[in-house]
Amino acid sequence: MALSEKEVLAGLAEIVAEETGLDAAEVTGPKSFTDDLDIDSLSMMTIVTLAEEKFSVRIPDEDVKNLVTVADAVAYMTKAQS
Amino acid sequence: MTTVVVTGLGATTPLGGDVASTWEAALAGRSGIRILENDWAEKYGLEVRIAGQIAVRPEEVLTRPETKRMDPSAQLAIVATREAWADAGSPEVDPERLGVAVSSGIGGVWTLLDSWDTLREKGASRVLPMTVPMLMPNSPSAYVELEMGARAGAHAPVSACASGAEAIATAYTMIQLGRADVVVAGGTEAATHPICLAAFDAMRALSRRNDDPAGASRPYDVTRDGFVMGEGSSVLILESEEHAKARGAKIYARLSGVGMTSDAHHIAAPEPNGAEQSRAMRLALESAGLAITDVVHINPHATSTVVGDMIEARAIRGLLGSHADNVLLSATKSMTGHLLGGAGAVEALFTVKALHHRKAPPTINVTQPDPELEVDLVRDVPRDLPAGDGVALSNSFGFGGHNVALAFTNA
Repeated sequence: MALSEKEVLAGLAEIVAEETGLDAAEVTGPKSFTDDLDIDSLSMMTIVTLAEEKFSVRIPDEDVKNLVTVADAVAYMTKAQS
Repeated sequence: MTTVVVTGLGATTPLGGDVASTWEAALAGRSGIRILENDWAEKYGLEVRIAGQIAVRPEEVLTRPETKRMDPSAQLAIVATREAWADAGSPEVDPERLGVAVSSGIGGVWTLLDSWDTLREKGASRVLPMTVPMLMPNSPSAYVELEMGARAGAHAPVSACASGAEAIATAYTMIQLGRADVVVAGGTEAATHPICLAAFDAMRALSRRNDDPAGASRPYDVTRDGFVMGEGSSVLILESEEHAKARGAKIYARLSGVGMTSDAHHIAAPEPNGAEQSRAMRLALESAGLAITDVVHINPHATSTVVGDMIEARAIRGLLGSHADNVLLSATKSMTGHLLGGAGAVEALFTVKALHHRKAPPTINVTQPDPELEVDLVRDVPRDLPAGDGVALSNSFGFGGHNVALAFTNA
């Protein structure tokens, strides 16, 4: 059963919070991973690896660079589930 | 010659989560050895069911992202570093004059093997990108470098169970050569993993005294049957005396000399006459311009193995001759277990504390001293060091024939 965008956001926020120590509530749609959340490329790859497992999706490397904001990632993963 | 002093101390060990609790437990002769808090013995058929497990787990004092990004070996080093730096007064130091030398003997064994489990169970795509930075043996040194913003070089000399002592010797050299004014130096180990217990036990290096954990580590006792693995870290802040005095720092002791030799004998067994162990101690004294008769205290390597303990005891007697009768020996692994790459740093800490407080901590569990033992062993209760200036040696030896002796003198 595919998760809704809201559920994916909640799950992704949990992963980001664990990885960075940020409050999950700060992980909102318009935030940029690099500029707003200060996530470096190694942390981004960790988040992607954990998200792939959590949402049972595969995110090719060439798509990761397009995931600029949290909303981009949520939309991508919600769609990729189906 | 630049004089090197100790201005800060930090530790997290099987005896306590900081220096104060570790030292208090050591003076009280308490053992940090306990039955393993897991099912490894049943699951893997391990013959060894005891270890010196860390008294305060790092996840109790570090944040969740910190524990996720660091192997336990680096976590313990960071805990010890923060305490040591605060103890030194958190001085303002030019980053280009601040160095690091922090070693582990085994490295990120938990990270490596957890990642191997992930690979086998879930496939390569699930192996996390932080795996390499966490498992590399210089990881604790690198994380301390990042924590401190240190730019004078960060080193991680690896020499098995002499690693922590060699890191302190490296830091001494950095200050002596003028490469740094302050160096964060120590050792760390978090290798209480079933593979390490099984592998050391395969060498018959570990005690199997599972029915008496607190009595299992018994250096120099006739019934000793191997070492007990311990985990933990200690970090010392070493500083040029000039730099320390200019900022009015409290000075615990001087690191007056170091001696390092290698056996060229066997990959694991120490050379039976202890000739190079003895020479390491002699070089440490000579490099400090000190005489054998200046020695008042030794914290020996003494791990509680059948062969190793007496080789070192003979090396000490051979070097000191009849003066050995005047030297108080404290085999503190009887309480902490053997912290492998962390051992040299924890014992350097004990040696500095002994000089500072004029008190030699006890060796516990020695009910029948080896009849060949010709040294003055401090047993069960601490004893006072003689008044006045004196030298205290801390010995560390590692598989591969690495011998390191550190010579501390009172400030």
